[in-house]
Amino acid sequence: MFKWLEKNLPKIVMAPAVGLIGWFVYGFVLWTLYISFTNSKILPKYELWGFGQYEKLWASRKWLISVDNLLVFTALFLIFCIVIGIILAIFLDQKIRAEGVLRTIYLYPMALSFIVTGTAWKWILNPTLGIQKMFIDLGFENFTFDWLVNREMAIYTIVIAGVWQSAGFVMALFLAGLRSVEDEIIKAAKIDGAGLFTVYWKILLPMMRPVFFTSFVILVHISIKSYDLIVALTQGGPGISTTMPALFMTQAAFHKSQVGLSAASAMMMFMAVAAVIIPYLYSELRRENAR
Amino acid sequence: MQDNLQQSSYKDLEQKSKYTNMFLRWFLYFVLILFASYFIFPLYVMIVTSLKTMEEIRQGTLLTWPSSLNFDSWLVAWGGRGYGAGDTFLRPYFWNSIKMVVPAVFFSTFIGAMTGYVLTKWRFKGDQWVFLFLLFGCFIPFQAILLPMARTLGTLGISNSVVGLVLVHTVYGIPFTTLFFRNYYISVPTELVKAARIDGAGFFKIFFKILLPISAPIIVVTVIWQFTQIWNDFLFGSTFSFGEAAPIQVALNNMVLSSTSVKEYNVDMASAIIAGIPTLIVYVLAGKYFIRGLTSGAVKG
Repeated sequence: MFKWLEKNLPKIVMAPAVGLIGWFVYGFVLWTLYISFTNSKILPKYELWGFGQYEKLWASRKWLISVDNLLVFTALFLIFCIVIGIILAIFLDQKIRAEGVLRTIYLYPMALSFIVTGTAWKWILNPTLGIQKMFIDLGFENFTFDWLVNREMAIYTIVIAGVWQSAGFVMALFLAGLRSVEDEIIKAAKIDGAGLFTVYWKILLPMMRPVFFTSFVILVHISIKSYDLIVALTQGGPGISTTMPALFMTQAAFHKSQVGLSAASAMMMFMAVAAVIIPYLYSELRRENAR
Repeated sequence: MQDNLQQSSYKDLEQKSKYTNMFLRWFLYFVLILFASYFIFPLYVMIVTSLKTMEEIRQGTLLTWPSSLNFDSWLVAWGGRGYGAGDTFLRPYFWNSIKMVVPAVFFSTFIGAMTGYVLTKWRFKGDQWVFLFLLFGCFIPFQAILLPMARTLGTLGISNSVVGLVLVHTVYGIPFTTLFFRNYYISVPTELVKAARIDGAGFFKIFFKILLPISAPIIVVTVIWQFTQIWNDFLFGSTFSFGEAAPIQVALNNMVLSSTSVKEYNVDMASAIIAGIPTLIVYVLAGKYFIRGLTSGAVKG
């Protein structure tokens, strides 16, 4: 008995983690999957109902707007975060004075919650006393900036705040990547007569392919899950113009008693994340095994 | 003659490239500082607004400096106005968050350390699959577990309580803490452990005598990561708690949304700063470790 215990001690110590994750992650996802195939309203029902919830979901105008918003947001969020991140990383890599201070400034939003920063942006972007008033007082009398309360434009305020929060993170990833390149490679290129621009464009950036990949995966992941920022900034409004899948899911589940429908929307999000993550994990593992 | 000409043109070129270089340098700093002001702008506005009176806010603009340093809105945000019912302020929720963060960080870090230790130093057949099994937990969108979690917390009788949130944050922190410790311990030479085993040291003795003493950096990284994630969480807090058990981010959001009468932006900003200060302090003091956690484990939204 004692021998057995001693031999299996490592596995016993690991059991809580495996058990908890098995139950709370895998078990729960399967439960949600099952419920998405039932006609559950306010309480879960366990009779199977087929794909009805998914049909309802994709016929719902609100869901279609959510998906549309998610695509717009993801595209802009990705482009701006990566472009700004790369520019800042390359510029910071030029033996800049006070690099540490600048880096700290670029990255501090990552330490704050989306609720805190969303509250700040909401105040800055509010049309009466915010940026609009600032410019009018500066002498631009006809300046209007009402994106926050404008159905067409409100989604872009979420992009502004989201990029502000996450661009510094992409900068950190690329800066770490650039710093890990050996000096010899750069020196050799310079001896061959390559200018600084060519060195970055032709040699260093192509070497950053894994960093691009990582940034892409993480940013897409953040954007599919975005919830807090929308709640703090627009609550999905004006109307439902800035709603997104994560918001759709919690509203259906906890405010509208559409448990089955919300489970179906959660599974759609799950599949979207899986489509990005599984190839990523696969390539990461292959890289690790190759080492 | 020929030589001379060439020399002078070289000089010209050098001079020219010196000017372009200087111009480039200035351009570099200009862009970097421009972005720095974009990043610092909201923080500046938050601080300045929190120090103004509402009168000043209406008259000035976002950028105007307050006429005097007035901390009244900070006091209101923290302790309320003292008129009883309907007076919402952050102090009790701040303590809720502390009571939630401390145990959740402790448990998830401890479990992660143990699991990472087993996965690297007591390897067994299929341990990579176990790691992958745990790792996938980093990536799931939490929407896929919200419904069953709400029911489970209800069944356990800990819904809408700090205990419930401790459980939730501990469980969903395990994949990250395991990832951190596993990646750290994998670089510790296994020979050390093997030698200790030959000397008769057991499972726990090896952990506490050999690995724990060299784990300080990764413990710092993990604790900072978990602290920041849990302190800043809104999804779990707002789904599984309301009213008096809510953590600070939920309370902040309610405060900002629910001002029924006149909007008090100065109090809103002071509240936001109070809710953000703990993680901001950690970031400024231990930025290096924060960034290390971010670049090695940042997959959570």
